[in-house]
Amino acid sequence: MQTEPYIALSEPVGDEIRKTTCYMCACRCGIDVHLKDGKVRYIEGNRDHPINKGVLCAKGSAGIMQHYSPARLQAPLLRTGPRGSGEFKEISWEEALSLAVDWLKPIRETAPQKLAFFTGRDQSQALTSFWAQNFGTPNYAAHGGFCSVNMAAAGIYTIGGAFWEFGAPDWDKTKLFVLFGVAEDHDSNPIKMGISKLKKNGARFVSVNPVRTGYSAVADNWIGIRPGTDGLLILAIIHELFRNGQIDLDYLQRYTNAPWLVIDDADKEDHGLFLRDDLGKALVRDRKTGALVRFDEPGHIADLNADFITDDGRKVRSVLRLMAEKYLDPQYAPEAVAKETGISAATIKGLAAEIARVAFEEEIILNQPWTDMKGEQHDVMIGRPVTFHAMRGISAHSNGFQSARALHVLQTIIGSIDCPGGYRYKPPYPKPATAHPRPHGRAEHVTPGKPLAGPHLGYPLGPEDLLVDAEGKPQRIDKAFSWEAPLSAHGMMHMVIANAHAGDPYPVDVLFLYMANMAWNSSMNTRGTIKMLEARDEVTGEYKIPKIIYSDAYSSEMVAYADLVLPDTTYLERHDCISLLDRPISEPEAACDAIRWPVLEPDRNVRGFQSVLIDLGARLKLPGFVNEQGDALYKDYADYIVNHQRKPGIGPLSGWRDADGLGEGRGTPNQDQLKNYIGNGAFWMKHIPEEALYFKHHNAAYQQFAIDTGFFDTPQPVTIQLYVETLQKFRLSALGTRNPVAPEQYRKRLLECFDPLPDWYRPFEEQGVDTATYPYHAITQRPMAMYHSWGSQNAWLRQIHTKNPLYVPGGICDELGLKDGDWAWVISHHGRIKCEIARTDAVNGKTMWTWNAIGKRSGAWALDKNAPEATKGFLLNHLIHELLPPKADGMRWSNSDPVTGQAAWYDLRVRIEKAEAGEAISEPHFGTLHRPGNQPEPAEQLRYGQEWAK
Amino acid sequence: MTSLPQHRTAKKLGLVIDLDVCVGCHACVISCKEWNTGAYGNALSDQHPYGEDVSGTFLNRVHSFEVVPEGGQVIGEAGDARVVHFPKSCLHCEDAPCVTVCPTGASYKRAEDGIVLVDEDTCIGCGLCAWSCAYGAREMDLAAGVMKKCTLCVDRIYNETLQQEDRVPSCVRTCPANARHYGDLGDPASDVSVMVAERGGFDLMPEQETRPTNKYLPPRPRTSLASAAPMIPLAENTEGARGFFAWLDKTLDRI
Repeated sequence: MQTEPYIALSEPVGDEIRKTTCYMCACRCGIDVHLKDGKVRYIEGNRDHPINKGVLCAKGSAGIMQHYSPARLQAPLLRTGPRGSGEFKEISWEEALSLAVDWLKPIRETAPQKLAFFTGRDQSQALTSFWAQNFGTPNYAAHGGFCSVNMAAAGIYTIGGAFWEFGAPDWDKTKLFVLFGVAEDHDSNPIKMGISKLKKNGARFVSVNPVRTGYSAVADNWIGIRPGTDGLLILAIIHELFRNGQIDLDYLQRYTNAPWLVIDDADKEDHGLFLRDDLGKALVRDRKTGALVRFDEPGHIADLNADFITDDGRKVRSVLRLMAEKYLDPQYAPEAVAKETGISAATIKGLAAEIARVAFEEEIILNQPWTDMKGEQHDVMIGRPVTFHAMRGISAHSNGFQSARALHVLQTIIGSIDCPGGYRYKPPYPKPATAHPRPHGRAEHVTPGKPLAGPHLGYPLGPEDLLVDAEGKPQRIDKAFSWEAPLSAHGMMHMVIANAHAGDPYPVDVLFLYMANMAWNSSMNTRGTIKMLEARDEVTGEYKIPKIIYSDAYSSEMVAYADLVLPDTTYLERHDCISLLDRPISEPEAACDAIRWPVLEPDRNVRGFQSVLIDLGARLKLPGFVNEQGDALYKDYADYIVNHQRKPGIGPLSGWRDADGLGEGRGTPNQDQLKNYIGNGAFWMKHIPEEALYFKHHNAAYQQFAIDTGFFDTPQPVTIQLYVETLQKFRLSALGTRNPVAPEQYRKRLLECFDPLPDWYRPFEEQGVDTATYPYHAITQRPMAMYHSWGSQNAWLRQIHTKNPLYVPGGICDELGLKDGDWAWVISHHGRIKCEIARTDAVNGKTMWTWNAIGKRSGAWALDKNAPEATKGFLLNHLIHELLPPKADGMRWSNSDPVTGQAAWYDLRVRIEKAEAGEAISEPHFGTLHRPGNQPEPAEQLRYGQEWAK
Repeated sequence: MTSLPQHRTAKKLGLVIDLDVCVGCHACVISCKEWNTGAYGNALSDQHPYGEDVSGTFLNRVHSFEVVPEGGQVIGEAGDARVVHFPKSCLHCEDAPCVTVCPTGASYKRAEDGIVLVDEDTCIGCGLCAWSCAYGAREMDLAAGVMKKCTLCVDRIYNETLQQEDRVPSCVRTCPANARHYGDLGDPASDVSVMVAERGGFDLMPEQETRPTNKYLPPRPRTSLASAAPMIPLAENTEGARGFFAWLDKTLDRI
């Protein structure tokens, strides 16, 4: 027996801990950054933080490698070679900002719409939208249009909330959780923590997803649905619940528009709209007296079963009656949808039965008195512990808006919206569509040299709110809020480059992008997009999109297509605010916001993009960025975060307001605010009182909390909109019975897709291609250890996913003689790709899939030109066109949801063929990009932390 | 040859990994890497980190594979293929062949708590221990030329500069799904031992007779949706909506 060696067991981790907010994905967890000798020693989750409560995912822990990535840009860059070459020279910030001003100032003074400013995965939309509004261009949005606007818009119009930032399951109390397709890379720690709680509590976890990866792998029941049919499954469940009387009538009567009266008077301009009084208040029939009363008047019981003719001779029916008539139709029976969805009728019936059983037989009663908005006192809070969650699996289809609406209707009819054990709103939600602004961007809103008349984005309440001209033509470069995509609440970033290239509806002069990899994985039709960015006017020789300004921290593929590059910092070097005015991080039990702050100083000539934008705003003398003398109002973003006020007392951060730091939500700026945040772990949290924790949409105490905390100035209760009148207004326009009348070419679509009650229709690509020629679906799944295209530059994360095979169902492999490692051509109506395949049986039999955004362009992200990401990795984007196949009339529609304009990524139809023996390189393969500027050579070997070896 | 402790250690520190909740997110893999690359022994190096043939040293990896059950327990809906995420690191075996095979005494099992460690000062990088490990749980660091393995974060679990609740391995501290548990498996009353007893925790490859300390918890039993009790239909015939309206009227009158 030898003596054991001595080991130093109690070494301090580092010299100092600095607490900030992660940005390895959009989850925004709290992190403790341990510094040693001025370097990052270790990053762990902040135990006190409301989002992650101490845990951290692979991406978060790999932040060290992201911070020291060799792909970091070093200095401002001016293009010297042709676009796409990656040839740049480094210039000073003064040169860069002067050039940007030279480009932007004349536009602002003459035609502000010639600036298109779109931001990618940033979390500073409160600032970027404010800047764009003061610049005066109507062409601004963030990336929601190609992300998940269907989920957000369907949620806001229906329940005044949605998932993720808007709301979450009551993880502690729910007993049945049904998860539809979500990106597994972000919002991931809360979901993982939640699933773990469910399992511990013995709850059932059902996953509905064509692909069985991460979460689905541990689900009690995995339902491998055929892509694009989620809505049909949900409507079949609604059918079953109606058929068996398993709906919460008391909840529907009190908190929803189920008893509202819909006018039945075909050919009239109010057909299908609500019966309203002179003040525009919707009316219901009091079941006790038979009288018509305002829906929000205290003391009545609204009749859910109303079907009568009013004294004025109007034929009306309650929404619930319309729903029963629609959903009890045999077309929604489980047997009828089994073939289309690929799910057996027995499974659908079983799921519906479980939902009903748990909602009504496992009811939760909390002994917590509360008062509703009609002043009625309730002794208890009744919970229906069934919850749902969904994101892009439902929303990235051309029928996604209606499918997402169906899911919210399902939650509502069992009474599980914001009850114990159910879906819970996160402050500042609930917020009904009516409390959101209307969009601005029509000609009368745009004046050269002046701010836009109001916010760009919002929620139209009818065709009168569209941003179209007298002929019905779009007014925005992305055609958002036009007849083509009326409720495009987040804009349509995926259409900007194609429309700007085509000069349709008009050309732009400057395209200004932030953190959006549009020359690669963030665009449909990547090759075509690259060509558009490179295209020149045949006469003048000038680029069709004349000037491109781009800000990014890393040498992404998009950098190569910019004319002027503004290098951003890493997330550990910057100030940020995760604001309640933006995409907040609240929890159902507390309002929260957070900051990032420079826990390390940049060692390169880079600046945080938000500070640069504020500087540009001051140089352009934009209102809101300069004082009356024309001097800059803010030194940098940190100064703006503290001192900017959106209206008196309301600023980007809610915590530690007023000079004494005691203000919460409302209060004057406090110069110590950032110090207070840093002292509290970089976040602020205000708990909601016990009596206000549930039924927030109708809870008087919560509405008061919302006013006190500055979300609203008056109560904004939500009456859940099972039937959305806004949609019916568009149908009336299509029928020609209500003004404005829809242009002829849009009428059929409006009538087919704008049903005011959730409906299912076949995804457009499936309608438009020959499904015998393209018999399969191809979709992507997000790997948990990667975030979009960011992860591949990370030395640790790329060792987990160095390349991405195409996973092909066993049945298809057997039919075509494909085996693991074979190469195949995958062909869509638009293009073909060559890739390596791997067999799988854990997938819907008609669906092949691959990991998202692992494929890289050779030379990008500081990777070797022969890196597997570039030679074996591939994108499905090359198969997806931004337009649908041409129709008989020659019209080509955007490959988007017709309601919101959401990019329909998951509608893709393909066939697959074994590839001939040849080079084992994925196709298409593009030329190698130069490394931009003076980036150092990437290391041949890393021994991170060797100097600390003990 | 190196000897195991003369008496079996009473204390058996190790991990319990819950396969019922591991979603394969790799949080443990990277947290392990970042802690251990600046902690006990040499850094965990990466070769060609941005190149064509990237590789690196990891003390913990997650293997994901697919199983198509033939009979036996039906998982979820009948006939489905199952995806298993299987985290794997040193299991700190009681009869650790990696210790007895070591020619220099560098590979040893601590008498105090059963942790298997490599003394990097005496490791000659011969690789015999890795060959002898049934689980493939050791990795040679190509830059340092010494064998690396899970230390159970020995420099965390006894670290008095950390808060008590943080004196756990980095992988356990970070796991978002709470699939990883740390404790004394030699104490039958410990939380981890109770968990193993209640959930039917099992040894990995017991036929290797290495008596691993780490345990795995199997997935909980599952029942199919199709076998859920059907709803009791309404007395009214709901073909079309007429029967539903009758039920509605009757029910509303009771509210």
